Amino acid sequence: MDQIPLFASVRWTVSDLTRYLRQLFESDEMLRDVWVQGEISNLSRPRSGHIYFTLKDSGASLRGVMWRSNAARLNLDLQDGMAVAVHGQISVYEAGGQYQLYADQIRPVGEGALYQEFLRLKATLEAEGLFDPERKRPIPERPQRIGIVTSATGAALRDMLDTLRRRYPLAVVILAPSPVQGDAAPPKLVAALEGLNALDPGPDVILLARGGGSIEDLWAFNDERVVRAVAASSVPVITGVGHETDFTLVDFASDLRAPTPTAAAELATPVTVHDLRANVTDLAGRLTLAVAALLDRQQADVGMMQSRLQYASPLRRVQNERQRLDELARRLNAAQAHRLDLTRTGLKGLGRRLDALNPQSVLARGYAVVTRQADGRIVSRTAQVAAGDALTVCVSDGTFDVDVK
Amino acid sequence: MSKQKPVEDLTYEEAFTELESVVTALESGQRLLDESMSLFERGQALIRRCAELLEQAELKVKQLSGEEITDFSEDRV
Repeated sequence: MDQIPLFASVRWTVSDLTRYLRQLFESDEMLRDVWVQGEISNLSRPRSGHIYFTLKDSGASLRGVMWRSNAARLNLDLQDGMAVAVHGQISVYEAGGQYQLYADQIRPVGEGALYQEFLRLKATLEAEGLFDPERKRPIPERPQRIGIVTSATGAALRDMLDTLRRRYPLAVVILAPSPVQGDAAPPKLVAALEGLNALDPGPDVILLARGGGSIEDLWAFNDERVVRAVAASSVPVITGVGHETDFTLVDFASDLRAPTPTAAAELATPVTVHDLRANVTDLAGRLTLAVAALLDRQQADVGMMQSRLQYASPLRRVQNERQRLDELARRLNAAQAHRLDLTRTGLKGLGRRLDALNPQSVLARGYAVVTRQADGRIVSRTAQVAAGDALTVCVSDGTFDVDVK
Repeated sequence: MSKQKPVEDLTYEEAFTELESVVTALESGQRLLDESMSLFERGQALIRRCAELLEQAELKVKQLSGEEITDFSEDRV
């Protein structure tokens, strides 16, 4: 016997039910923002540009679709069998009566998968010549402007600024901030690099840096767009991503790879303010030496002139003349003396001759001189006297008077 | 040497480059004495300028947002 239902059940149309289910899915917070990990299968990329696939693991499968707009930005060579993590929203495809994953991002998962992707992209870019050593440009020694592309809030920025401040505070830093991890990072990093390159005057060198992290954290620096932007930069780029042991693809494309952000800042300032101080001190010393040498040379020139002048001086002639004069004077004196000698000798002879004529000496021999007292005349003949005349007789030692008889 | 800027207007690079050429010119010994002495004085002024700039240098940090350059506040770091 049929039991009459107390309450008539609601009779859905397929469309209504499906729409209800869709709304149920879409109102669930958790299903609107999911990461689902699995293996790609049934991959299909029709001309429309959309990507269709099934994500599966050992126990279940999930249909997925990625619309053309997102698919165009997908930087991953999707293959059947690839282990991936897919981000998106779970909803219902009403016409097919299927819930599915509407994907907006797909990433390879696991070290192995990432590493394979790394190797694949590295080989591609290497083949294009982006990593060629001859592309590497020298880093300027004394950068006046230093561009930095990193997170504005990271420790890497602080480390770099501290290092630059200590080593080369003359520089101006131009920070082009960008997220350094996550899916938003690659386009922002590219924009930052391009923005710095567009500046006029532009930076002399660009530091592209990020502190350490997991391989996933650093993945933006393996992004093909970022690597190409580094290679295309007209300004030399120094990369300092992660730690010593981390190598990312930007390291191969950059002009110089530094193991850390701090090291990148050091490599960007090969000449430090201490070197500059030493240079200025050195130049100051050379300046003083050059001027001292110049003055020495001038002094020597003046000395040389002085001796030439002295040689040509009239004073020298005066001295010569004076010498000649002295000589003449000496000769004159000598001549004079000679003549005096001669005269003296002559005088002696005359003296002797005069002595011989001295009447005194005749008197001494017994002669006498007789003079008349009356007139004092010498009596030399008898006729000069008469008897009674008074005469004076002079002999050798005196006189006496006599009378003539 | 014809249009010398006052040293106070020179950047470090300008002052240092000129200082190098002044020293080289003096070392060549080709200049007249008067010219050399004014070169020497210029060189001394350049040395003082370089030393002053090195002592006073403070890293300037700017931020590029879009095409605009603004001062960057490090307090946020």
